Amino acid sequence: MRRYVLKRLFISVILLFFVSLIIYMIMRSLPTSYVEAQARTLSMRPGAKSYTDWLLQLQQAYGLNIGLVPGFFKWMSNAITGNFGDSWVFNVPVTQKFTDVIWDSFILASIAMVLQIMISIPLGIHAARKQYSRSDYAITVFALLGISLPTFFFATVLKLIFSVWLGWFDLYGKVGRDYMQLDAFGKFMDVSSHFVLPIMTLTIIGVGSLMRYTRTNMLEVLNADFIRTARAKGLSERRVINYHAFRNTLIPIVTILGGSLPGLFAGALITETLFQIPGIGYTGYQAMVSGDIPFTMFYMIFLAVLTLLGTLIADILYAVVDPRVRIK
Amino acid sequence: MEQKKGLIQKWFGRKNGRGSAKSVNYMSAKEIRQISRENRRITDEFERVRNRENVPESEYTAVMKDPGNILEIEDLNTWFFTDIGTVKAVDGVTFSVPRGKTVGVVGESGCGKSVTALSIMQLVQRPQGQVVKGELRFATDDLTIDLVRIPTEKMQKIRGNEISMIFQEPMTSLNPVFKVGMQIDEVIALHNEGMKSEEVKARTIEMIKLVGIANAEGVYDMYPHELSGGMRQRAMIAMALACTPKLIIADEPTTALDVTIQAQIMDLLRQLKERINSSIMLITHDLGVIAEMADYVVVMYAGRIVEQGTAAEVFHHPSHPYTVGLMASRPSRIRSAEQLYSIPGSVPNPIDMPNYCYFRDRCNRAFEACNGDYPPTFSISGTHSAACYHYSAVSEVGK
Repeated sequence: MRRYVLKRLFISVILLFFVSLIIYMIMRSLPTSYVEAQARTLSMRPGAKSYTDWLLQLQQAYGLNIGLVPGFFKWMSNAITGNFGDSWVFNVPVTQKFTDVIWDSFILASIAMVLQIMISIPLGIHAARKQYSRSDYAITVFALLGISLPTFFFATVLKLIFSVWLGWFDLYGKVGRDYMQLDAFGKFMDVSSHFVLPIMTLTIIGVGSLMRYTRTNMLEVLNADFIRTARAKGLSERRVINYHAFRNTLIPIVTILGGSLPGLFAGALITETLFQIPGIGYTGYQAMVSGDIPFTMFYMIFLAVLTLLGTLIADILYAVVDPRVRIK
Repeated sequence: MEQKKGLIQKWFGRKNGRGSAKSVNYMSAKEIRQISRENRRITDEFERVRNRENVPESEYTAVMKDPGNILEIEDLNTWFFTDIGTVKAVDGVTFSVPRGKTVGVVGESGCGKSVTALSIMQLVQRPQGQVVKGELRFATDDLTIDLVRIPTEKMQKIRGNEISMIFQEPMTSLNPVFKVGMQIDEVIALHNEGMKSEEVKARTIEMIKLVGIANAEGVYDMYPHELSGGMRQRAMIAMALACTPKLIIADEPTTALDVTIQAQIMDLLRQLKERINSSIMLITHDLGVIAEMADYVVVMYAGRIVEQGTAAEVFHHPSHPYTVGLMASRPSRIRSAEQLYSIPGSVPNPIDMPNYCYFRDRCNRAFEACNGDYPPTFSISGTHSAACYHYSAVSEVGK
């Protein structure tokens, strides 16, 4: 097992190299260039140097005057030592901007994920046990709605109900207008109440697929011969479902959950924008459209690391829940 | 159940010879909806009765007709309410299992053998499958109970404890994520409350040794995928016998195994049966196994019993033409033939069975009487009976 993990880690490093190479190439070749936009603005000032002069000067300053491949290796040699440079758009070190915005996104995503698991797995199991019953159809339709309707639809409906009609929460923003006057607990409650609607939105859109997945797997397991054996032993229905069947359903679910690890940090661009929460999704998007190479590179590589780590964790968990894939 | 569905589809692929049954090819969506609505109404009613709470004990107690029997099956009807019609998988089956004896149930695939066994265990796939009529009287130590009407939570005390079942597929019948030892422990701990975990483990290891596995402690800590098919079936048998059940239902226990292992498993079953003095209901389509193991034989065809008697009677004087056909279609050393005999034709459509002998269209001895109603059971001797008009000269036992 240890050898396997080490081997996987080694492969991950190689993968990471090529992933960062590809992302760097794409970022450098994008038509939106931060430097060009800067040069254009500066050259429009009265009495300024010409656009070409500015461009040359800025390219020199931002280290874009060298080719793609040398540029990549320069970036990489810095990145290996932990130096990801300063963000061009935000004018602060990349890692500082990142730590400022990541936690909002992480809190949103992790609470939403816990809620998704808590709602969708029991519902999926229930739907599978009562296949083709009214509750099964109701759950399936609900799941289908969650999968197929877009985020902004749910966000808007939730805003209409809870902000406009009921007036429980603010329409958007991370803090209320009297945030500064509140004590520590009041501040916490203020931010929490602003997070309710985004979390609800994220939960609704995520529940459907996980529920469908649980239902399908549970149905397959419930028709297995060993479930009949468990019943023939005289076990109670609860133990048959919650122990014998559930342990087998867990195998595919674990893969999905392991794979969703990067999702916790990726941020939810649409939801964050709709609720104007300055999370990583929103910030990452801003950095990307304005051609901020250092920030985008860091964000992308961070996600790539998490993806590789997520699959590795999923594989290890797989061995934990399924004795058949354990490597001696 | 998958197998059953497959068969139904297969049967529907063919056109029914008599034309009395409706061909599904001409069934409209409206008709299917109508049937399924009607089915839902019927099964909901059965489920309602089944799911009542606090059922009085008098409702599920019964009296044995013969105290020498451990199980008496009387007029058992297990039907499946499918969207294309009602399948009478078991249609009025009556036989009994005497104490300490082995009863063999034979018949071709889909004739209702397994469904009979699952009805006894209350493991028929509900709500589509329902025992609609009949009694299954089972003698426990203190009282006789009716396995059809006993509530599920009471049934859970009988399953695995008083009646246990060995399934056909050892490869898939053990839970792949739990250790073999734990799976046997589970059934012992469940039915022996207050037993300490070391005692349970000791008992499990004793059982594993009993079924002829040499490395009992090793196997205790193994997962099912680490064992061969024969070993897994032994583990299944150990699990089934762990609580010394009064009745063991072996549903084709050797079908998935190779011939040498088959003989070993059968020997093992016979020895263990002697040791714990229980009865066996052996379901198989292997007549050789039946001849070797069974004291009594029940031959089923299309959900009904066509012939039953002691093993000697059925083997030496097969009476029903179907039994004769079965006997003729097994390979033999004495008869040398170019080709193995097979009964012509196929089993009729299980939905809307005609009201005449189900075997008539395949029978080589059919005569005028066969055009009448489905034949009642005629007794040939005290223990031997057949549902065939050829024996109507002998006294009639009843339906």
